[in-house]
Amino acid sequence: MRAILTSKWTKAVVFLLCLAPLGSLGWRALHNDLSANPIEFITHATGDWTLRFLLITLVITPFRKILRLPDLIRFRRMLGLFAFFYACLHFTTYIWLDKFFDVAEMWKDVAKRRFITVGFTAFLLLIPLAITSTTGWIRRLGGRRWQMLHRAIYISAICGVIHYYWLVKSAVIRPLAYAAILAVLLLWRLAIKYWPQPQPATAELQPKPQRAQA
Amino acid sequence: MLIRKAPDLTYADVTPKSLYLDRRKFLRGMGIAGAAALAGTRLWDLASPGAKAFAAAKFDNLVKSPFSTTERQNSYNDVSHYNNFYEFGTDKSDPSKNAGKFQTSPWTVSVEGEVNKPRKFSLDEIIKLAPLEERIYRHRCVEAWSIVVPWIGFSFSALANTVEPTPKAKYVAFESYWDSKQMPWGRYAGIDFPYVEGLRLDEAMNPLALLCVGMYGESLPNQDGAPVRMVLPWKYGFKSAKSLVKIRFVKSEPPTTWNRMASNEYGFYANVNPKVDHPRWSQAKERRLGDFLKRDTLMFNGYGDQVASLYNGMDLRKNY
Repeated sequence: MRAILTSKWTKAVVFLLCLAPLGSLGWRALHNDLSANPIEFITHATGDWTLRFLLITLVITPFRKILRLPDLIRFRRMLGLFAFFYACLHFTTYIWLDKFFDVAEMWKDVAKRRFITVGFTAFLLLIPLAITSTTGWIRRLGGRRWQMLHRAIYISAICGVIHYYWLVKSAVIRPLAYAAILAVLLLWRLAIKYWPQPQPATAELQPKPQRAQA
Repeated sequence: MLIRKAPDLTYADVTPKSLYLDRRKFLRGMGIAGAAALAGTRLWDLASPGAKAFAAAKFDNLVKSPFSTTERQNSYNDVSHYNNFYEFGTDKSDPSKNAGKFQTSPWTVSVEGEVNKPRKFSLDEIIKLAPLEERIYRHRCVEAWSIVVPWIGFSFSALANTVEPTPKAKYVAFESYWDSKQMPWGRYAGIDFPYVEGLRLDEAMNPLALLCVGMYGESLPNQDGAPVRMVLPWKYGFKSAKSLVKIRFVKSEPPTTWNRMASNEYGFYANVNPKVDHPRWSQAKERRLGDFLKRDTLMFNGYGDQVASLYNGMDLRKNY
């Protein structure tokens, strides 16, 4: 298992898998299969995948510990950056295809529409995390401070799920499913923090030096 | 009331030819093409039960309507694959996937309440109540998208006059079909069924209010509200109840589904109004399906000449 997880090929495969949602959108676009409202379709797809990648990123740490697979850490940065990547696509769709770069309109939206306020907040919170995702920044900030900063992903994910919940008209089942998964992931973190652990938890949290990756 | 007459349109302007030819091919393949010639015949009666029957009855000799717009129509494919019909699922693509087996024949609409002649109508009886017209209407969803559809039907007033509302009738309540066995997806929709809607009597009697039995020259596909629905082009789409089984003339304002669900977001009137935003999004603009950029939304969806007088003296910010 360890050999698979540490193979550079596995990383390449995961990277390509992370691009599959974008590939699917591209394929549908080429085949005129983005529904009667392509802009809405793209907005929803990129938003869905942002949330999914945030949750997948947050699942890494529990899996590392529960499954005793510390090498899963190799994928966390990449998955987090893909969450940011789909968030950027989502935001670009909104500002370009929905608002057509009308920044004044956008600010009005952000100020007035609470689902956009909270979604925009979720996006803004991811920006410093993406910037400081490199090994250099971990060194510059120091592990502890870096870790503090990157806990902002919890807030971002919560805001993202609320954004979805406030958007739908009545079919709240899917946003509630995201909320339930997120709740489990966050509660697990609280649980291991406040319940005594047989082994010290801090040792694994220090990221191993890795090559910086875009 | 001023009725603006739009330039004449021919039938060929309406139906995309490719679609029309494909349909014929499909019918011939099923060996029942001849049946299509019988106006009013419902083809899926002839197809094996349970078959995904998209074959629709064709309507001939449609009367052109002065209410029709000359704007570019959306394709049949768009109008039949991008639907809000929560009984069949909440994604826009769900109804076209899930409504295929919906049994719409035989069909009865019960018209009752404050009327002198309450009665049940079969679909055939409804279709014969008045000459069928083609009305090309703008249709604006509360979600800020819009389409242009050539509907088929006649003014709801023709049906109302047949049953003779009494002076006590002040409102009309509409009820859609509901059967959790045929519509299991509705259980997860987050709204209560059966879907109910309503109008003030004078709104319902306005000639624009269409009792609709078809679109694009054919009977309605299931996902668009087969076999009979309302179309109220000056109101947000959710006011136009689909697959009607009951029409009640009543004394007081009837409950309506979305209003019951969130009264601060969906009013009883729900007239298209660019100045009154939905609490969560703007109604100033809309995306016409097929357009890249949004366009300005028009007051009463551009039907002010026909309906604005219905709301004289009303505060439309309060009566949204």
